[in-house]
Amino acid sequence: METLSVNKLKEMILYVADQIIESKPLLTELDSAIGDGDHGIGMEKGFLKVKEKISAMNPSENVYDVFTATGRALLMSMGGASGVMFGHFFAAGAKNAEPKTFLNPEDFIALMQKSLNTIKETGKANIGDKTMVDALEPAVQAMKMQGGTSFIDLFRSAESAAKEGAEKTKAYQAKYGRAIFLMERAIGHQDPGATSVWIIFRSLREFVEKFTEGKQAG
Amino acid sequence: MKKIINNADHVVQESIEGLVSAYERYYTKHPEVNGIIYRNRRKGKVSLVVGGGSGHEPLFGGFVGKGMADAAACGNIFASPDPGTICQTAYAVDEGKGILFVYGNYAGDNLNFDAAEEILAEEGIQTAHVRVWDDCASAPPERTEDRRGIAGDVFVMKIAGAACDAGLTLEEVKTVTEKARNNTRSIGVATSPGSIPGLNKPTFELGENEIEYGMGLHGEPGIKRTVMEPADVLAETLYVNLLKDMPVQSGDEVCVLVNGLGSTTVLELSIIYRKIKELLDRDGVMVHDAELKSLCTCQEMGGFSVSIMKLDAELKLYFDQPCFTPYYAKEGR
Repeated sequence: METLSVNKLKEMILYVADQIIESKPLLTELDSAIGDGDHGIGMEKGFLKVKEKISAMNPSENVYDVFTATGRALLMSMGGASGVMFGHFFAAGAKNAEPKTFLNPEDFIALMQKSLNTIKETGKANIGDKTMVDALEPAVQAMKMQGGTSFIDLFRSAESAAKEGAEKTKAYQAKYGRAIFLMERAIGHQDPGATSVWIIFRSLREFVEKFTEGKQAG
Repeated sequence: MKKIINNADHVVQESIEGLVSAYERYYTKHPEVNGIIYRNRRKGKVSLVVGGGSGHEPLFGGFVGKGMADAAACGNIFASPDPGTICQTAYAVDEGKGILFVYGNYAGDNLNFDAAEEILAEEGIQTAHVRVWDDCASAPPERTEDRRGIAGDVFVMKIAGAACDAGLTLEEVKTVTEKARNNTRSIGVATSPGSIPGLNKPTFELGENEIEYGMGLHGEPGIKRTVMEPADVLAETLYVNLLKDMPVQSGDEVCVLVNGLGSTTVLELSIIYRKIKELLDRDGVMVHDAELKSLCTCQEMGGFSVSIMKLDAELKLYFDQPCFTPYYAKEGR
């Protein structure tokens, strides 16, 4: 069974961080249409802190420590509701998880399911409320359908479901965040939080693809 | 839209630097985070830390001072501070007697202050919080806990600050602060939109001759949109709605705040208060203290809110303690 080591996970998180930081202009543009335009700034701030914390992380034999450190860095640096929610995205699923030296696809599915549950409970958001849940829930469903065979297949299915979910938010009125004040005027615009979720899964897929290609070449 | 800023990404940092530097006799800035800290804090008492999104100045930083808050944790524009900022600010004023957090009841603030309290608890620091939910237009009375916090924050912070200074325990401070919160109601009317610095568009649309009752500090939808009316009509409409929510009887004593939302002038606020006072007099309600200022704002938003805190002997005792901050000061009485 395919697995990821603590060090490989750290590399993967650093890759995700770079991709989110690079997406700042897109996220800013989306949030300026329906929010206060600060989602890109907040995500950049959060993932810069992630890079700092992951790079300086104490050696660990537990893969879940990487997720906890990532989530905590986002929680402690972003602010707003999205800081807490993206903190949960990484850290909630790792909470009280049995320590492991290698992560397999099944572990990742379980982690994301737990995170999704916490996000939905804390934010009281469901599909159709124009939030990150609109991308995350379909991604988790798709991963469960896919099953834990390989990380590449897992992340491909998650990315494609998250992308579709994020695009669907264009049709929704917002129930949370600044966009609720726009009411029907938010329709036609894609939710920035859901878009960030898609970018995270896209980055995971890209990373594992590169990693696997590299292995084949080597 | 002309906005006097340098770079949209730096408005919070630069404004805090300016504020702290102007009032350096009273304030210092936390070296690492956007926390505003009172220099001459009374020692050995429960610490009062307030906070929330920036952009509502002088809320929250301007209420740090003698007999008020020990520190304010400031978030980005209209966004809650992160738990890191909240915890660092709290550590800076911790006296070992516990920390009371007072903030407006908004989803982002609740999530981040809760996360901060969890972290502080892990480190053995006692904490408590009081969420301010005075805006009676934002949810019906049976859903008080869904209501937003607006200008009534000021009364709640005043009572909390005095109770901390009096040397009460954390539990006692929390109880009297909750009483202040439960005895306070506000309602507002918007006459023109505010904006987000750097984002060159208004936070909401309102026709030239339109007003909206009950609209929130960030442009949250209100209860009724109508045409512009004379000051006395606006004042009476708000008064009637306030008293529907909080029965105040003849003989009761209240504190009143007529708060401008940003671009409304003291002249206009005074005309509003004149009518509010006339109505209170008619109903036999005694005004213990009144204030006409723009304390909780949304940039250049036009309009005002009226807040009333009903006093009892205990609240009056704490309200009458002197306090001084650059934006809010009371002589003792």
